[in-house]
Order: sequence, then structure tokens, then C-alpha cells
Amino acid sequence: MAVKVAEEWLNICGGCEVTILDIGEPLLDLLGQLNFVHMPVLMDHKYFGQTGDKDQMEIPEADVGIISGGVRTEKEKHVAEEMRKKCKTLVALGSCACYGGIPAMANMFPLADLYQKVYRDSKTTDPAETPAKDLPPLLDRVYAVDEVVPVDVSIPGCPTNPDLVVQALTALLEGKEFKLEERSVCDECPVKREKKAAGGQIKRTLDSVEFQQGQPWENTRCYMEQGYLCLGPVTLAGCGHKEEGNGTTVPRCIKGYMPCRGCFGPIRKGANPLVDMMTAISSIGLDAKQVPDRRALLNRYIGGQNRLRPLPARPR
Amino acid sequence: MKTITIYPVTRIEGHAKVTINLDDDGNVADTFVNVVELRGFEKFCIGRPVEELPRIVTSICGVCPWSHHLASAKANDAVFGVTPPPAGRKLRQLCNAVAYTEEHILHFFFLSGADYVMGPDSDYSVRNVIGIAQANPEIGKQVVRNRHLGSQMLNIISGKSIHPVTAVPGGFSKPLTEDERRQLLPMANEVLEFAKFAMAFAKENLFPKYLETVKTVGVINTGFLGTVTDDGTLDLYEGKARLMKPDGSYEEFPYDQYTDFIGEHIEPWTYLKFPYAKKWGPFSMDLDSPSGIYRTNSLARMNVCDQISTPLAQKELEEFREEFGRPVQFTLLYNWARLIELLYNAEKVVELLNDSDITSAETRVPVTPRAARGIGCVEAPRGTLIHDYETDADGLVTNVNLIVGTTHNNAPINMSVKQAAKTLIKDGTYDQGTLNKVEMAIRAYDPCLSCATHKLDGSIAVKIEIRNAKGQVVETLANW
Repeated sequence: MAVKVAEEWLNICGGCEVTILDIGEPLLDLLGQLNFVHMPVLMDHKYFGQTGDKDQMEIPEADVGIISGGVRTEKEKHVAEEMRKKCKTLVALGSCACYGGIPAMANMFPLADLYQKVYRDSKTTDPAETPAKDLPPLLDRVYAVDEVVPVDVSIPGCPTNPDLVVQALTALLEGKEFKLEERSVCDECPVKREKKAAGGQIKRTLDSVEFQQGQPWENTRCYMEQGYLCLGPVTLAGCGHKEEGNGTTVPRCIKGYMPCRGCFGPIRKGANPLVDMMTAISSIGLDAKQVPDRRALLNRYIGGQNRLRPLPARPR
Repeated sequence: MKTITIYPVTRIEGHAKVTINLDDDGNVADTFVNVVELRGFEKFCIGRPVEELPRIVTSICGVCPWSHHLASAKANDAVFGVTPPPAGRKLRQLCNAVAYTEEHILHFFFLSGADYVMGPDSDYSVRNVIGIAQANPEIGKQVVRNRHLGSQMLNIISGKSIHPVTAVPGGFSKPLTEDERRQLLPMANEVLEFAKFAMAFAKENLFPKYLETVKTVGVINTGFLGTVTDDGTLDLYEGKARLMKPDGSYEEFPYDQYTDFIGEHIEPWTYLKFPYAKKWGPFSMDLDSPSGIYRTNSLARMNVCDQISTPLAQKELEEFREEFGRPVQFTLLYNWARLIELLYNAEKVVELLNDSDITSAETRVPVTPRAARGIGCVEAPRGTLIHDYETDADGLVTNVNLIVGTTHNNAPINMSVKQAAKTLIKDGTYDQGTLNKVEMAIRAYDPCLSCATHKLDGSIAVKIEIRNAKGQVVETLANW
């Protein structure tokens, strides 16, 4: 019998939904085993009945519920709670659902500052009071889904990897547990490492890393050891695609000759990538204090769960 | 008095609700759409190293991340005062064109097209891409395959198709190898064949059946904004803005003067602003005498451009104009215009892959931080996208202003919903198919409410106020 699936998106960009489509043709086979009962992005099932006649929000009961996006408003909190109630297994899909994601960078500022910027300090806008008439309340900050309701399965990534979605769905169809192995991006990165860096300067990505295109990856030196900040050491593995021909798995950004920015989040729950990264930088002889915009950069995708907060005002 | 709610609006990117209020005779009294989301990118980008922005702003939208990525990279070029080498520029254009094919297939077949393929009145349970796949397995397979080809191509070119990282200040971080180019060409040709099929299929089987709906639902009278080259040719990556009035006359401006032409109006009942043409008088969404209102996205681009540079799309544009004129105001024709653009971009991908510069190893120039302002614009699938950054001497961001495609269409979407509801609902008679047609007027704009609400929050809600003839609010409806 087909497994019933409900999908909801909260504080989202839609990238994780597109990732589901990026399963490609195998998706058509999977669809035969899945019965989507609710999925606003693709299906016309409505909360209050098809002509809107019902009083109560109704998300149908499902075996598997998938939530993408973090929780920003009271309304999203309500949807997350309704999904938890109606779904036997709840999956947090993508780094926004798992850790708050990039939108949780807003957690560095009090709401009032955001409103000021958008409605009074924008160069094209005719300034006005913050719209407030009957608008839904925002929560004080962006929350990860597991801060609001218990989550059974986490599949991080910004966006996540279609291969992982297939693995997770297949495991759920077979009634098995799905959990990502606690490995780092470096553990699956094919570049050459010598455990020491050339100099003491941390470089910004204002110039190209050195790379040997068209040659085996081990001929290219680790970007971090070239002096560019790369979050591979403190980031969960899982983003990589297998290359055609040689079958080497290459982390996505590394393939683009750009350093990792940590979009899969920490390797294990409760880890502190900021502290761990500082240790990693120092251990190869680079100056950890030189990382520009350190706090925001090292918490870019994981600002929920209280990792990013407004800083107290500096004493004058 | 009776209230009808459509919630959530489905098969669009983001969440929305429509509420329609009927008077005692069962006719539409009034509708008032209100989007209630913000996310705050303009705030939390401040303080970041500007070269990091192309990989932060992508998360404004997972459906059109390449548009934000490229607008941001172009704003970076301007901040640093550099011009990318030809291959860097062309690789960006290549990615833009591939991304367009993927997104237009996504919108037409996965989101909007189900209304035309399955019929607007078909049962809701089959009025979706799964229904299409079950009713027409071969088409379903081709749709899934060809959209996926786009993302596979982007993975080959850049490593990361969603939330890409390779457009950098000064160019593109990853050159294209000859092996990769050879791998891409057959994929590009397959997508081009599919684009031709999609255009022909829609013209033969879909649009003719619904021409009456097209000519009545969601039709409003507005101006249009799009990007063209110096000789008026459609361009999606660079050029000048052409702002066309409803009568077809237009003025043009370079994008770094956008603040002289575009203002953003705030209403107290919505977080989402209303961009308007500053020189056309005060902002008004009155259906009978709108003021300052222009539209963006595919239909706007077909209206403002004089011609298209690729042969098949140019032929389609001529046919489109012959049938509907210029400028054309029928909202549902956004879908037709989108298929012409699918064809254009599919042709463009093949053209760029055959460009001798495309495999050059010179794709990027180094940059040095400085205090400056830089404006980067592209045509995103949903409309003209403007990223405006200022930096300090260390290249840290001090100010950000963003105007995104869907936001330009905020007022037109409001107006089309109102017009559609008034046209379709008479004497209290409606069913789920009627309400779906109201949604079709929204879907035509392919609104990306994640993009539009980049400013603070995530989820999208819509509030509608019902006003009486005196403009007093008699009822307020919201989806939270």
C-alpha cells in the first residue's frame, strides 16, 4: 500500500522542494509508492475544504510529514504543530528546518532594527510607519523546527542533496531508520592535504584558489591550506555529487573552485562549529583571529537554536 | 453577505490566501489582497564582506537562485570596479539561460500548466503534475526529464545548481572544459527539442481551448518594464531598462538611475511594498483608472522588446504579436510568453555552448576592496531584479537595497485577482473550478512570494479587506 505523505513549507526559499524534483526520472518510480495527500507547491489540496467552507485547518493524516523552512511566525508555528499532530514520522528537510538556515542571520538583530531598515531607511521607499494593521505576529526570532515540535528525521543542506532525499524516503518505505553518518566534508573531499598552510594570512575569496582542472583532484591543494577559509572541517558531509567517469565524490562548492561555507551544518548535534573551526585554523598554522566577520560567517546556516543573537550594546 | 476563501493558493512558490466577499446579491463586493511576510535580507547583509553576498542572497529564492546570484555578482563587479573577461561573462549568461529553461518548464508544467493540460475545472486531485504524468505518461516523463536536464547541466558547469557559488566578483570561478562542453551539447539540444515540442503542443492543444478565459480572466490595463539591448532586442542578462506606458510609448534608462524612475509605496495593511513608476503620478490600484502601475515578467518582456535574437523565438514573437497586438494586456498570456522565452533560452544555451570563448581558461580577474556603490541588474524569470550595494574601504557592506521581480507585480496581482473574481462570480454561483480560475490569474504571474518577501519573515500569508462602496472596511480576512 502506498505511503501517505504530507509536505509543508514554512520560512522558505523553495530550494528544497526543487531538490525533490532534482531526483529526476527515478522520482516517477518513487511516486508510485507515495501518495501525496497535501503539498501546496504541487497540489491543490486546501486547508479549509476545496471551496473554503470549513472552519478548522485540516491537514490530512499521513505516514510521513516533510517540513522545509524554519519557523518565523505564529502561523508557521501552528502549521508545524498541525503537521506533528497528523504525521506519524516528521522529517525536517534542509538546513532552514534543521538549524534556521540563512534567514536566521536575522537573529543577529532585534526586530525593530529590521523594520527600521525596510520601512524608513530604504532609498527607493516612501518612508512610512511599520505596517501593523492586523498583521500576523512574528516570533522574536527564527526557530529551527525541532525548537517547536519534536522531529524524527533531519536531512540538512542548503539545499539538501536529492540522493539523500531518495535514501531517506527509501528507508522510510522499508520501515528502516535513516541517519546521516557523522563525517566531515573534508572526509569526502578528494583534494590534497599536507596538514599545514603556506602562510599566516587568511585570504578572502577576492582571487581564485589554485586548481588543476582536468587532472585528478589530488593534484589540487586543499583550499584551506592555500589560506582560504573553508568550513569543510566542521561541516557534515553529504552534499557531494559523483563525477561522471571517475566516480569521485566532490563536495559541491569545492567542484566550483570555491571554499565550503558550511551549508550542511555541524557534524554532530550540539557541536559548536565556531570554536571547532578556530581550532582547525590554528592547527595548520593560520591566524584564527583574522577571519573577517567571523560570527556571521561561521554561523551562516545555523543561526537558530540560539547560535545567533543580538549582541549587547557596546559600552561607550 | 458571504465570504469565500481560497487557502492556500496552490501551485505557486510561497503561501497565499484569497478571500472573496459577496454582497447580498451574491456578486463580488470587493477584495483586497495583503501579503504579510518579510525576511530581512537587506538588514542582515549589512556588515558582511561584499564578495560573500552572491552566496548569501541566493537563499532569497531556491527557484531562481541564479538570478539573485548573478545580480549580486554584477553589483560586486561594479563595487570593485572590474569587468569580467569574455568567458566569465558568457559562463554567467550560459547559466542564466539554462536556469531559465529549467524554471520555465517548472512553472508551465508543474505549476500553471496543469490548469490547461487537465482543464481548469478538472478534479483538484488530478489537477497537478502527477495527474499529468498519469494521464499522459510520456509527456510526464519528458517534463520531469527535461527540467532535470537543466539542473544537471548547471551541476556540470558550476558544481551547484541551487544556491550556486561560481559567479564571483570579476567573473566566474570555474572555467568550462572542452570535455564538459561536449557533455553539455547533446543535453542542450534535447532541451531545445523539448522547448519546440512544448510551444507547438501548447499552441495546438492547450491555448485554443481556453482563449475565451484568456481574454476575460484577470485582464487589467497597465504599463510594462523589461530589459533590452541598445537596439531594442530582448536581453535577460544585461542592457537598459525600457518602461512602457499602456499606450505602447516608452522611455529608457540605465539601471544605475533606477531610483529616479521607481518608487516603492507602503500601505499600512501589508508588509510587501508596491513599486510604481514615479513619473506617472500618484500610486493607485483602481481598476478603472490605475496610476503608476506597471508589470514585469515574461509578458512585460514580450511587450517591451522590439525583437528576439534567436530565430525560432523571433518567429514565435511575430506570431504572438500578429494574434494579440502590442502591448497585450491579457494576463493569462504570461504563460504563452513564458513558452516563447523557454524557446529563446533553449536556443541561447546551444548558441553559447558553440561560442569559441566559452571554454577559455580566463574567466575571472582578481579584485581589491574599496569604498563604493554598485548596482547589479538582471531579468529574473519573474521580472527585473535590482541589487544595490554600498561598501566601506574594507569591502564590508554598509547598505543594501533590493527590488525583486515579483514585488513589481504586487499591485498587478492584487488588481487581477479583483478583476477575475468580479468577472467569474455572479449571483452567488461558483464552484471549485471557478475559484481555481481566480487562482489561475495569480499563477499567470508565476509569483515567487519567497522572493517578494525577502525582507523579513518566511511564510507568506495574505489578508483581504472587504470594503463597502464608501471605502470603509466592512470585513477583514486573513490566513493566520
